[in-house]
Amino acid sequence: MTNSLFLTFFVCIILLTLTYLIGRNIKIIPGKLQSFAEMAMEMLLGLMESTLGSREKAEKYFPLVATIFIFIMTSNLLGIFPGVGSLMAEHGHTEVPLFRSPAADLNFTLAFAVISVLVTNILGMAAIGTFNQLGKYFNFSSPINFFIGILELVSELAKIISLSFRLFGNVFAGEVLLTIISFLAPYFIPLPFLFLELFVGMIQAFIFAMITLVSISLHTTAHGEHEHAEAH
Amino acid sequence: MDAESIKALAVAGTIVLGAIFPAVSIGWIGSSALKAIGRNPEAASKVQTMAILAIAFAEAIAIYALVIALIIKFVA
Repeated sequence: MTNSLFLTFFVCIILLTLTYLIGRNIKIIPGKLQSFAEMAMEMLLGLMESTLGSREKAEKYFPLVATIFIFIMTSNLLGIFPGVGSLMAEHGHTEVPLFRSPAADLNFTLAFAVISVLVTNILGMAAIGTFNQLGKYFNFSSPINFFIGILELVSELAKIISLSFRLFGNVFAGEVLLTIISFLAPYFIPLPFLFLELFVGMIQAFIFAMITLVSISLHTTAHGEHEHAEAH
Repeated sequence: MDAESIKALAVAGTIVLGAIFPAVSIGWIGSSALKAIGRNPEAASKVQTMAILAIAFAEAIAIYALVIALIIKFVA
């Protein structure tokens, strides 16, 4: 039970409360909260549609990408909240922060990265067939294709590591930076760094979701010749 | 040259070298994105999405260097 897990529970509670409040009475002419949710959904669906090509594909893969985006963004925004990192608790003989930004824990980001890559591959299996998808990695038709298949497998593993370390490094480095700046000059000077943290948190959530989206679009296109990323 | 000072030099060298190249490449990506938007303002949002994605990839390399420097400094 770590302190970042504690804050993850709060993120879950906040998101579930928001979902319940929005979904409680859905009207044809929406109120403020519902229209905000519809606007956000419309924007994200439009972005996914321009990458994936068709609206129905965007709606099919919307839950995974939107969950990744909203969860990581909420946890990054909550990580800058007052009280996170500063309220201390006793732990054995030392004092540790009671709350810590969730993405500053490598377990959180690694879990998201593994989920993203695994589900992308499973969606690829669902879209083009299990043997076609596995055949991308274990291709025995010729020695060169076999080698390329092994490289693709390594590239998927590297994607796990790169996704997790990108988010972890950004948030952890931001945390360290904020701690040091608040220690050196506690009044007014941390403001630009807090803005930077806010911006970085949102961008990193967007990047994680976009990379997942692009890899879904690569895996689920029909396998004619070897396709390169011409999604944009 | 004892082990402590070599470790300190290693930490500094890692982050210095690991930050120069991503900085140059992010500047390059930004400049070509600006040129592309200047030539074709209609494609601005597509270029912007691609540019943000490419900048995040380049920045991730700097983050890897930072993580290695932190590991060297605080975990042996």
